[in-house]
Amino acid sequence: MSLTKQQIAQRIAQELKDGYYVNLGIGIPTLVANYIPEGIEVVLQSENGMLGMGPFPQKGMADPDLINAGKQTVTLLPGGVYFDSATSFAMIRGGHIDLTVLGAFEVSDTGDIASWKIPGKMVKGMGGAMDLVAAAKNIIVAMQHTSKDGQSKLLKQCTLPLTGVKCIKKIVSDLAVLEITDEGFVLLERAPGVSVEDIQKATEGRLVVKGDVPEIKLV
Amino acid sequence: MNKVVKNAKEAIAGIKSGMTLMVGGFGLCGIPENCIMAITETDLRELTCISNNAGVDDFGLGLLLQKKQIRKMIASYVGENAEFERQLLHGELEVELIPQGTLAERCRAGGAGIPAFYVPAGYGTEVAEGKEVREFNGKPHLLEHALKADFALIKAWKGDTHGNLIYKETARNFNHPMATAGKITIAEVEELVPAGQLDPMQIHTPGIYITRIFQGTDYEKRIEQLTESQ
Repeated sequence: MSLTKQQIAQRIAQELKDGYYVNLGIGIPTLVANYIPEGIEVVLQSENGMLGMGPFPQKGMADPDLINAGKQTVTLLPGGVYFDSATSFAMIRGGHIDLTVLGAFEVSDTGDIASWKIPGKMVKGMGGAMDLVAAAKNIIVAMQHTSKDGQSKLLKQCTLPLTGVKCIKKIVSDLAVLEITDEGFVLLERAPGVSVEDIQKATEGRLVVKGDVPEIKLV
Repeated sequence: MNKVVKNAKEAIAGIKSGMTLMVGGFGLCGIPENCIMAITETDLRELTCISNNAGVDDFGLGLLLQKKQIRKMIASYVGENAEFERQLLHGELEVELIPQGTLAERCRAGGAGIPAFYVPAGYGTEVAEGKEVREFNGKPHLLEHALKADFALIKAWKGDTHGNLIYKETARNFNHPMATAGKITIAEVEELVPAGQLDPMQIHTPGIYITRIFQGTDYEKRIEQLTESQ
């Protein structure tokens, strides 16, 4: 059984540590906020200018001046703070964010990521993704292992325009948890009931399997 | 030191076709609604707009796109605007996409007298094409240049007659760095008060950056993605 989007987010939430400042991208990464383990305090940064982002507002309480980077109405938690865009990216570029979680179209086995443009089809822009991947110490990519028609998205080399080079260290896909090292995609965990062979078939880039690979545990 | 003008129409006097404008806001949050509206009522054309986003089809900078008043857009993300995509794919609009943090810093640098600087964002991507690469601490960086605008149009929550500004929540975003980088900066505010009435310790943008200020009217503050807790 491959992981659902919620389960990918749940697995990524296990990587959070107490005291972390975390930037969550749009899509699956946003869901990580729903699974922050008990007893752990993290502060969410939204690159449009906020630390301490809280949940969506109660019905009827939405404030047009208070949004996240996905332009969704949100709230601010006690201790939260607002700032301008230049200050926000100074935090990011300066290495003050402990963990960045973002989505991707493709990742290569050397850690390149493509996530912002499909030539001739979609030109929306990179937003803050290039700044985030170039600067963050610790980046986790949340993604589907293959496209809808079964093509691998974990490649020897990205085919789409890049967002950043040699910057991704970890991937949580619907099939596996992988670390990227000089050897390629090192398989750390597999989704429950998914075999190493299944993952091998779904991975075009170099896959490294060392010993027994445990199943992903979702508490 | 009274910088107050009557309204948006008076505030945008002097903007000419072909000029470069910075327009504050993130998405539709904190955009200078009154000034944008006033520009739609002019014959201004061939504008270059520097703004993080391009509005939506029928609001924000989308209104200027509809009227074909923009020749070139410099932005980081333009995903919410179908008319934008149409004009872009038909070659009617020139677009330069810039990583968001680099865009913010280029505005900041423009206002701070820093002509250029190095950042890691975009190295190895198409953003790096034609740019000088230099390694610092073993990591490649791109040389990026400061941005200035003929006019910067920004929006704040409260302002005083000296141009000192306070923003509300996340509506600060690009408004502050852009305020510093306009040769002429126009601030529109929801509430304009006499100098001395705002707490000087709470000011976000000091009035030195502001050329003209006015109290706007009829703010729509449209929400792009209304999300509420279940």
